[in-house]
Amino acid sequence: MAMTLDTPVDTTQPLARPSAPRWRRWMRPALGLLLPLTAAIAWELVVGAGWSDGRLVPPPSKIIFTIDELARSGELLRHIIATLARVGAGFGLGVAAGTILGAISGYWGLARRLLDPTIQALRAIPSIAWVPLFILWLGIFELSKVALIAVGVFFPVYLGVMGAILSVDRKIVEVGRTFRLSGPAMIRRILLPAVLPAYVVSLRVGLGLGWMFVVAAEFMGASEGLGYLLIDGQQLGKPAQILAAIVIFAILGKTTDWLIELAAKPFLRWQDAFAPGRGEP
Amino acid sequence: MLVLDRVGKTYLNGVNALERFSVEIGLGQIVAVIGGSGCGKSTLLRAIAGLDRASHGAITLDGETIAAPHPKVGIIFQEPRLLPWLSVADNIGFGLSDVPSAERRARIAAALAKVGLADKAKAWPRELSGGQAQRVSIARALVMRPEVLLLDEPFSALDAFTRRDLQDHLLDLWSETRPTLVLVTHDVDEAVVLADRVLVMRPRPGRLFERIDVNLARPRDRNSPLFETTKRRVLTALDRSLDRDAPDPAAGVETGDALWW
Repeated sequence: MAMTLDTPVDTTQPLARPSAPRWRRWMRPALGLLLPLTAAIAWELVVGAGWSDGRLVPPPSKIIFTIDELARSGELLRHIIATLARVGAGFGLGVAAGTILGAISGYWGLARRLLDPTIQALRAIPSIAWVPLFILWLGIFELSKVALIAVGVFFPVYLGVMGAILSVDRKIVEVGRTFRLSGPAMIRRILLPAVLPAYVVSLRVGLGLGWMFVVAAEFMGASEGLGYLLIDGQQLGKPAQILAAIVIFAILGKTTDWLIELAAKPFLRWQDAFAPGRGEP
Repeated sequence: MLVLDRVGKTYLNGVNALERFSVEIGLGQIVAVIGGSGCGKSTLLRAIAGLDRASHGAITLDGETIAAPHPKVGIIFQEPRLLPWLSVADNIGFGLSDVPSAERRARIAAALAKVGLADKAKAWPRELSGGQAQRVSIARALVMRPEVLLLDEPFSALDAFTRRDLQDHLLDLWSETRPTLVLVTHDVDEAVVLADRVLVMRPRPGRLFERIDVNLARPRDRNSPLFETTKRRVLTALDRSLDRDAPDPAAGVETGDALWW
């Protein structure tokens, strides 16, 4: 997060700063890699030196080898696409429903009093508890999986949108009123930009839950997908395959999260937010 | 002509914030409303702005009743209230979305130049100082060419030097198009520097207590004896307005009204 925040801040600085931050730009991501890389290398050396057989915790080289093997056979791509498609569909549905209902509940007091208690009660149910019901209703295949992911994504987005609308500064809304904005103009010119930062956060939380629930969904009987790789690895005693799937989950999760951040960045340049570690004096 | 005819405001919780407030303000006049806290100054201004509706009486501008924000009435709040996601130029042009873009650009540029912030057009509000931000909000109101400009303690959050600077600046801007200014303030100095007429209010319920005409030539010298005298008159009136036992100069009118019905 810190590394992507750097550039816009620098451009707003009227005075060119000395070149010292140049190496910092590379150092900061490198600093984040230090801990995992050191641990990985250390474990590799431990196994390489024969102090451990690395059977249950395979060394990084073996994980990379496994990933490479899966990639060569084309199997990896198939699993990744299956999982991405489920997350994508579930995330899309969850975001759409969460945004619409969240906006309605945030904007209209009557709708909030009508809808919100029910939605909050549903939210209290652990989402995994829906699994048997979804399987009965929607079958064992894709539909029930997508539905579970959508449920997971829905709640943070709904809460985020509603909370953001409710916390829009009355004083700013009043500015809109003095300029006699119509209802739609008020939404477009005041409310939307005002809720955007909180909305982006809720999307990222929702996406994180989407990745969480896709694993749960794929545990309940899938023939492809990264979650299937996990189960398969467990049943056949292949820890390297489990770890390979976990590594790919991490990469995909981080990448998709970063994509949301990247897409939102041009719209959030105005933010005057507290950014620790930005390097400002 | 801005006419307030026996305007009153009772909030839903039963608080009587403003009672039978009547005044006529001619075009181009500068009126300062001053009083202790809770005397209904801001209530009055919000009613003229159309942000709140008066519960009694009527507010009319050139014969037209004001019940909602009016295109000829602009307001400058105590805080700049800039939209943080718009650049300085876009903030100023916020109310000009119906104006053709070439004209809008020209008017924004002119307004920016007038408040001395031409170099800040592309800046974000967060990059401005408090005084600069308030100047942007003045420009945002003036660019609409209002007939009446309401100011709700606009300089109270600024330091003394910036405040004085902006008061002079406001007068410069006013002298160009001469809109009616209604200024709510708790700063006697500010009221006497700016206003043609000072309306002193008394609290609980908010009522007009005394009106003091300021017959000083502009630009006003803050150190002249006449300025001091006027200031003292306002201060004395203000003191008396907060003292419940003091005789009420407006009382005669009120008893007359009360007898009538």
